[in-house]
Amino acid sequence: MRFFSESRIFLVVSVSLYLVMKALFAFDIISPYIQQICLYAVIVALTAIGLNVIYGYTGQFSLGHAAFYGIGAYASAYLTKILAIEGVLPFIPVLVFCGVVSGIMGYLIGIPILRLRDDFLAIATLGFGTLVRVFLDNSDKFAESLGGSRGFVGIPRITNLELVFFFLVFVVIITRNLIHSRYGLFWRCIKDDELAATSVGINTTHMKLMAFTYGCILAGIGGALYANLYSFLHPSNFDILRSIDFLIIVIIGGMGSIMGTIYASIIWVGFIEGLRIVLPAQVLDLRWVVIPLLLIALMIWRPYGLMTKRRR
Amino acid sequence: MKILEVRDLEKSFGGVKAVDRISFHIEEGEVFSVIGPNGAGKTTMFNLITGLYRPDNGRIIFLNNDITKTPTYMLIHFGIARTFQNMRLFSNLTVLENVMSSLLSKKTYNLFSAVFRTKRYATSEKTAEEKARGFIDFFGLSGKEDYTASSLSYGEQRRLELARALSTQPRLLLIDEPGAGMNPKEISDLAETIKTIRQRYSVTIAIIEHQMNLVMNISDRIMVMDFGEKIMEGTPQEVKKDKRVIEAYLGEEME
Amino acid sequence: MDILSYVLQQGINGLQLGAVYALIALGYTMVYGVLRLINFAHGDIFMFGAFVAYFLIAKFGIPIYLVFIITMLACAIAGYLIEKIAYKPLRDAPKISLLITAVGVSLFLEYFLSLNAIFTPNYIAFPRPFDVKGYDLSLFTITNVQIIIFIITFVSLFLLYLLIYRTNYGRAMRAVSHDKETAALMGIGIDGIISFTFIVGASLAGVGGILYGIAYPQINVFMGIMPGIKSFIAAVLGGIGIIHGAVIGGLIIGICEVFVSAFLSSTFRDGVIFIILFAVLLFKPSGILGKRIEKV
Repeated sequence: MRFFSESRIFLVVSVSLYLVMKALFAFDIISPYIQQICLYAVIVALTAIGLNVIYGYTGQFSLGHAAFYGIGAYASAYLTKILAIEGVLPFIPVLVFCGVVSGIMGYLIGIPILRLRDDFLAIATLGFGTLVRVFLDNSDKFAESLGGSRGFVGIPRITNLELVFFFLVFVVIITRNLIHSRYGLFWRCIKDDELAATSVGINTTHMKLMAFTYGCILAGIGGALYANLYSFLHPSNFDILRSIDFLIIVIIGGMGSIMGTIYASIIWVGFIEGLRIVLPAQVLDLRWVVIPLLLIALMIWRPYGLMTKRRR
Repeated sequence: MKILEVRDLEKSFGGVKAVDRISFHIEEGEVFSVIGPNGAGKTTMFNLITGLYRPDNGRIIFLNNDITKTPTYMLIHFGIARTFQNMRLFSNLTVLENVMSSLLSKKTYNLFSAVFRTKRYATSEKTAEEKARGFIDFFGLSGKEDYTASSLSYGEQRRLELARALSTQPRLLLIDEPGAGMNPKEISDLAETIKTIRQRYSVTIAIIEHQMNLVMNISDRIMVMDFGEKIMEGTPQEVKKDKRVIEAYLGEEME
Repeated sequence: MDILSYVLQQGINGLQLGAVYALIALGYTMVYGVLRLINFAHGDIFMFGAFVAYFLIAKFGIPIYLVFIITMLACAIAGYLIEKIAYKPLRDAPKISLLITAVGVSLFLEYFLSLNAIFTPNYIAFPRPFDVKGYDLSLFTITNVQIIIFIITFVSLFLLYLLIYRTNYGRAMRAVSHDKETAALMGIGIDGIISFTFIVGASLAGVGGILYGIAYPQINVFMGIMPGIKSFIAAVLGGIGIIHGAVIGGLIIGICEVFVSAFLSSTFRDGVIFIILFAVLLFKPSGILGKRIEKV
């Protein structure tokens, strides 16, 4: 088994990065607020890698990624609360379970909608996102503790640096191994020309579903880590704007580039949260005026993403 | 032996019969050509055979298996490969990846092997790559393995599509207008390539083509279509002489 | 009897909402016809129309017929500019890039107009240009607002029909929508027709915005999002690219939404609309009036 074979450099870099972060955290060189942002950036990266598999590699445009992130978050919040989980180790199976829950949702919703293409897929995933939002807003009618539109409070804080790093490293290696295998090749074939992919013998329905499910699993794990980082959830954290956040990260990072997605997530979270520290609230409102303009400019200037490798 | 048999195949689009009760068969080892004017239903028929369209009526039998309802992606595993009229390469993928895509689409290794990089993964990938390089070589594309398909010249792209289709070593190869946009020199090269392919890989070939000299040169048998119907079927000599064919379609082209 | 009149009453209310959706859906369907693009910004044009009308009525006290004309003009200009600035440079880009751009334009319009210096993010009361009167027709009541909405929608549709089926511009638009390449070969100026389509669609959305403001007198910069998406769903339901399909779809969606609110719960109305969308996409993706399209 050569599970790590292609990721040695990545392992070395991430372990040293972890040690640096650990030192910064342990000696309180950076404030707890910034520490939280750092963890959040990694969680965003993990979730965005999921979208990158779905959209960047396989070409299936989704405007509903935040919904799967939300499913994972609410599942984890609920489970850790009712099971009264406090420690990191018992939390790990919960995380995996939440990923699986999101994955199953993704699989079930993927069966009908992945037959659609481009814009119709966009509107269908957007529709699913809205349905999840409607459900979360009314969730207190199903279980009081979910909080509905008031938000979910009192989630145990478990997510820490080790957990977040462990999952990121693990996910990056698995994703990379997948991408460099026949499955990754099939995904890229589908993105390029679905009809040709069918005619060279690729079961495109199956492969699209696999990419979508895998991406949703990552979103679910990301969501679960997020829920137990902030201890408060609100349905508005998982609306279309959040889906667009992830989309922007994938586009900036270059569609079909894992490291690009990680860099883009860090830059993006740093940018958004940094602005929050530096700028007064009135100017902060300008954020969503500038971001769409950047997005439009980016699309006109580099329709395939910012950090995409240029081939010969 | 009959390798492919088509019985009473029918397909209409919005009331227009694109393929109207066509029956024919292809013998193992021969080169079978389908000719006819634009819109005669030739490509529709290929699409029906390869499952891209579902026929309204009729049966398609390949080596004693009814493949009428077999999904497209399964056909390559049965032994049918094809190329497209306006080429459908994975244009952002490299030449090597293009050929490997069809080689790896067979059940080579599973998800577990892919994630954990088992020995099976390594050997399957290696075998596929070696095989792919062999085909790339045969079609004169060596040295271009890492170029994206879109950066190749038109002729090279045509050859790459043939390489990709042949790499799975199909029993039957369907080629849709290989000579489109080629000059006489390229056409005669193409004729040689097709003859070599047939001998070297002992594959049965079905071709849709407009270029008469190419068709007459390489075909064992020819089927003529017009308005979705089969007008006649026979050897190149018979087709050349047939009055109906000349009147219906060939006319001045045959001079 | 009570139930019947309640159902009829809700039906009338549903038609009122549906008429507005129909006006918006027409823009989606026409733009989809010529560009194969879901113009996400279209719902925001509708919002923009409502705001323009608000300013004209509340700040300048302009007579209502002029409000319609000026609002339609303003929306037409906005639609024209959006297409020229954001969509035209991407004519040959991948389809998804165009779609992302459309999402970007929509977000930009919402957040730019929500700045405190412009429309502010708050809800604003839309001034009624006339008093609301109800007419009791024994089985149900109809208001003058509803009558006006029905008349204006009907007149707009009639004019649109004349435009599309009786003028050269309309003929060219249908040709482009049918087959862009052939239309170009026949000497039709594609760019001109696309601009024209945006202008017509945006003016209709402007009319929709005014009517919506009059009927539901609370406006807000984000008011275009859900009606926009629902109108697109209406266009899909009726058969995307088909003019009367958009109208039928809009009316159905409007009635469904009002019925769900009346008989179930208003919290589920958005959910039900999306369930309709899923059902259409799965069972008849070409919509009620659409023909079956084969792949390849």
